[in-house]
Amino acid sequence: MLEIAETRPLTLADVTIRLAERTLLAVSATVMPGEVLTIMGPSGSGKSALLAFAGGFLDPAFDAGGRLLIGKEDVTDVPANRRHAGILFQDPLLFPHLSVGGNIVFAMPPSIKGRMTRRALAEQALGEVGLAGFFDRDPETLSGGQKARVALQRVLVSAPHFLLLDEPFSKLDAALRQQTRELVFSRARAAGLPAILVTHDSADAEAAGGRVIEVGGEEKA
Amino acid sequence: MIGRTRKIIMAAMLALGLAGEASAADAGNWGAVVAEAKGQTVYFNAWGGSENINAYIRWAGGEVKSRYGVDVVHVKLDDTAKAVATVVAEKAAGKSDGGAVDLVWINGENFAAMKREGLLFGPDWATKLPNWRYVDHETKPTVLKDFTIPTEGLESPWGGAKLVFFHDSARTAKAELPDSAAELLNWAEANPGRFSYPQPPDFTGTSFLKQVLIALIGDKAKLQKPVDEATFATDAAPLFAYLDKLTPLLWRQGKAYPQNYPDMKQKLADGELDIIFAFNPAEASSAIANGELPQTVRSFVFSGGTLGNTHFLAIPYNATAKAGALVLADFLLSPEAQLRKQDPRIWGDPTVLALAKLSAEDRSAFENLDLGIATLKPDELGPALDEPHPDWMTRIEAEWIRRYGAAN
Amino acid sequence: MGRPISKEHEIAARRLNANTLLALILGLPILAGIAGIILPAFGYMPALGGVRFTLRHFAELAGQPHILRSSLTGLAVGLATTCGAVAIVGTFLAGFAGTPIFSRVQHLVSPLLAVPHAAAAFALAFLVAPSGFLLRLVSPELTGFLRPPQWLLPNDPLALSMVAGLITKEVPFLFLIALAALPQLPLRQSRQLTAALGYGRLSGFLVSLWPALYRQIRLAVFAVLVYSVSVVDVAIILGPQLPATLPMRIAQWTADHELRARFLASAAALLQLGVVLAAVLIWLLIERLARLALAWLTYSGRRLRNDAVPRFISAFAITACAALIFLGIAVLGAWSVAGLWPFPRALPAELTLQTWLRTLSPLWPALLVTMALALLSAALALLCAILLLHRNGAADRGGDRPHHRLLYLPLLLPEISFVFGLQILIVSAGLKPAFWSVLAVHFLFVLPYVLLSLAAPWRELDPRFERVAAGLGKSQRQILLSVRLPLLSRACLTAFAVGFSVSISLYLPTLLIGAGRLTTIATEAVALSSGGDRRVIGVYALVQASLPFLAFLIASLAPQLLFRNRRAMRT
Repeated sequence: MLEIAETRPLTLADVTIRLAERTLLAVSATVMPGEVLTIMGPSGSGKSALLAFAGGFLDPAFDAGGRLLIGKEDVTDVPANRRHAGILFQDPLLFPHLSVGGNIVFAMPPSIKGRMTRRALAEQALGEVGLAGFFDRDPETLSGGQKARVALQRVLVSAPHFLLLDEPFSKLDAALRQQTRELVFSRARAAGLPAILVTHDSADAEAAGGRVIEVGGEEKA
Repeated sequence: MIGRTRKIIMAAMLALGLAGEASAADAGNWGAVVAEAKGQTVYFNAWGGSENINAYIRWAGGEVKSRYGVDVVHVKLDDTAKAVATVVAEKAAGKSDGGAVDLVWINGENFAAMKREGLLFGPDWATKLPNWRYVDHETKPTVLKDFTIPTEGLESPWGGAKLVFFHDSARTAKAELPDSAAELLNWAEANPGRFSYPQPPDFTGTSFLKQVLIALIGDKAKLQKPVDEATFATDAAPLFAYLDKLTPLLWRQGKAYPQNYPDMKQKLADGELDIIFAFNPAEASSAIANGELPQTVRSFVFSGGTLGNTHFLAIPYNATAKAGALVLADFLLSPEAQLRKQDPRIWGDPTVLALAKLSAEDRSAFENLDLGIATLKPDELGPALDEPHPDWMTRIEAEWIRRYGAAN
Repeated sequence: MGRPISKEHEIAARRLNANTLLALILGLPILAGIAGIILPAFGYMPALGGVRFTLRHFAELAGQPHILRSSLTGLAVGLATTCGAVAIVGTFLAGFAGTPIFSRVQHLVSPLLAVPHAAAAFALAFLVAPSGFLLRLVSPELTGFLRPPQWLLPNDPLALSMVAGLITKEVPFLFLIALAALPQLPLRQSRQLTAALGYGRLSGFLVSLWPALYRQIRLAVFAVLVYSVSVVDVAIILGPQLPATLPMRIAQWTADHELRARFLASAAALLQLGVVLAAVLIWLLIERLARLALAWLTYSGRRLRNDAVPRFISAFAITACAALIFLGIAVLGAWSVAGLWPFPRALPAELTLQTWLRTLSPLWPALLVTMALALLSAALALLCAILLLHRNGAADRGGDRPHHRLLYLPLLLPEISFVFGLQILIVSAGLKPAFWSVLAVHFLFVLPYVLLSLAAPWRELDPRFERVAAGLGKSQRQILLSVRLPLLSRACLTAFAVGFSVSISLYLPTLLIGAGRLTTIATEAVALSSGGDRRVIGVYALVQASLPFLAFLIASLAPQLLFRNRRAMRT
């Protein structure tokens, strides 16, 4: 089974996102392992910027204040590639030059040694989401739902410390959205990962079942 | 007698310190030159527009390599002035040795310019080359005077050149051919659009202008001296009156010109031109042999004479491999290399050697050369007209561009 | 909070310095090259006795016959070529991008980039001249011509044949650059949207996608403008000769036997700089007018549905470019094996391999040098472009774009002027003309094209791929090597092929910096083309064209092979 490195809470301590001297949002919250914090708001509300702040790739046009903590560790200034943030975007963004299995193997921590071991683990990860035997397939030949599942497994095998979900279901059709949503949340919970979901779909928020913070209210009014 | 005078002049120049820096490569001490040359690489800057000539230079390079251990690299130029430009740039940068050019194929105004700017290796090395003893400097005055500029041994003769006209006997009957500049104008009136000359400053084109100038100028002695600005307009008036009449009768009414001799050759083959001319009497024969011109092409000259000159090899003052350059220049002057050069199947360039000075064997080899179907015999080539002072060429070129440089 | 941010700034500053340094190393020779012409233009060139600053040489230049007409002809040729090429490429993209015809034409046109300008110009001349192939085809049967007619073509005084020759070569260049930028545009969505709104294909593309596309190809457009204002070799073959365009006359003056003509040449090179500047200013004005026209079109809401005629014309023009060059190259090939071939015969009277046999052995060493220069300069340029773009991407986004502009200087200056200055610089540095100095100069000319070709796809790559990879714990270098570069492999290969073909066709820099000691196919071809022998030109043009053609073939086939099983990587 895939090892889960650590399960520690994720804390947003007095985080503010500003653009051109205008405060877009201010959030303070602690997300426990297995919990999903939902940030809801219309586009332009800064919710994606919050996710970028958490992931460590905030555009310098934005001004961010506050700290990001994993457990007690302050990771605010840790570069993106050492934060262990597992990110799911609207698009699955499977690397088109790699096979389906290659995408999974690529994500595995280097601590897992041996070509055969890594392949076996990848095949197992694919099997877990009903994609056994898909290892050598071209990602481009997969359906939307299949791609979403590969993207999810790719994130999980990388042993992330937390999950960042940027409207990952918005491009799926209704039936598939329901299914994928359940899969993502159940696996995040099973892995004991704190997760932040940004969305403008209240159904997402309901399914997540955690706290919901609404941002960008002034725009609505 | 002439040789003695030259020696005295050289001695005087040496005494006056005109010799420039002392050099290791002294053609007077040939054994030392050959020893020093071994292992050197000579960058021979020469026009590369003809594969025949390029092949000849490759052959010579191979021979010099096997006999003297000198490597020869042919730097192919589209214009000799580029080599001059290289030396100028080096001088501008204060690079007085280790230059990029070791030997350059040169004559006329390029030589005059390099001599004037002090860009040539000297003093006299050419007449000290072992093969100089075969050179015909008695009956070929152009060997010692390059476009009226005394060579002073700063360049070694390599070959002769003479202006020769070509026509296709299948199109133009021999009886109709012009025999002078004036007749050429009449012919062009009768055959508009079928004659042209390469656009100056192409040297074949300016040679045509000089040919007409020599034929029409009142006082021919003036051409041996630099242009007299006070009388230039009057002196050149007959030439430009002639050109004013000729231009509308030229190919494309003189609104465009062939770029050079090979361009004219192509246009003769295409039927665009009926009379063309070159500076090499054997050109027509070798073009026929190469399938570039039809078998029916023949040569002719004006009975009053056509322009003739000599082309040379010179060494820049900052050449890297001076000894190697001397060895190559000497080899190119040898009866063996000159014979091969005159063979129309190889190049067809007239020799600068005096047959009388050669051994019986070499002499008969020269005499037995098959010059080709379209080449005139030496006695049919007519008198050679001396090149005017380079100054004339520059002035006439400038005046030509001012008058005919913009088509309407 | 202060400490880590200042550290970040420090890192950014260090990157910026490395970047600046690189730009300086590349920019200095260019600036020196310019100085090398400015000083002699004002009379300073001690080796030729010029030690006092003077305006005499500009007065002399002004006194040159027909100098104004020469300058204006070059200016007009450049503007006409650029307008024509942009119009053809733009209209064709607007009319056909995303259709099956488009991909067919794409395959037809792309290889044309490989054909060196001189070879293409010869190809055109061999076709359209009065003694050329097209007239031979119909003579004497249809025309009654037994001898070529006295038409002034090519080399017509209005330079129409020169503009035509340049357009046939610049259309493929702009097309390929635009092609590299096209995948980053929401083509299908915009097409559907504008079609649904009732726009014609052309007007729909123009109002929705053209501004974004033009932004991406803009530097290439300026390169085309400057190149065609300053071109020498095409002008010699196709351009007017009485008087010649200014760059051609500068080339003649720099090679003038009268050494003092170098002062004049330098002054003229400065004038040429002014002509280029004027061309750029006029083009900026044209851009502004075009933007106004487009804004008017957009706000007027006109749909312009009947656009079949301009669409057809653009498709015809772009196909004709390809057809002319391919047919012309076939004719060059025929000449390379022709014996006697008199007018009006459509085919040679006899065929012979003689030309090939006597040309191949001297060609071989030049071929090796050419290949070595092209492979090394293109590889170095690609490496440098990748490092530069990588650093820039990592540093402040868009913060140091101006340094990139410096790299484009070689494209925005007439070659003829600054290479002569460079030659003086290299010699005065005591460097021997050698393979390495020529390679360095090739690199200088190749890098801008490689950068130009790679920058747009680089910037347009979806940044989320790299964010995903960073989230997976990959380092900057791992992300570069295993995500970005593989995803951009096609763009990299194309950029390499572009650099390769630029190196193959460089004549003036090779000749001047190599002091003629380094012979390449280009220097050999031009030296021989001055001999005008159509057979030998045929051989060299074929060899010269086939080298970059091979590179482009590899660039387009390699992704197909490498990513045989990856559908998304093959388009």
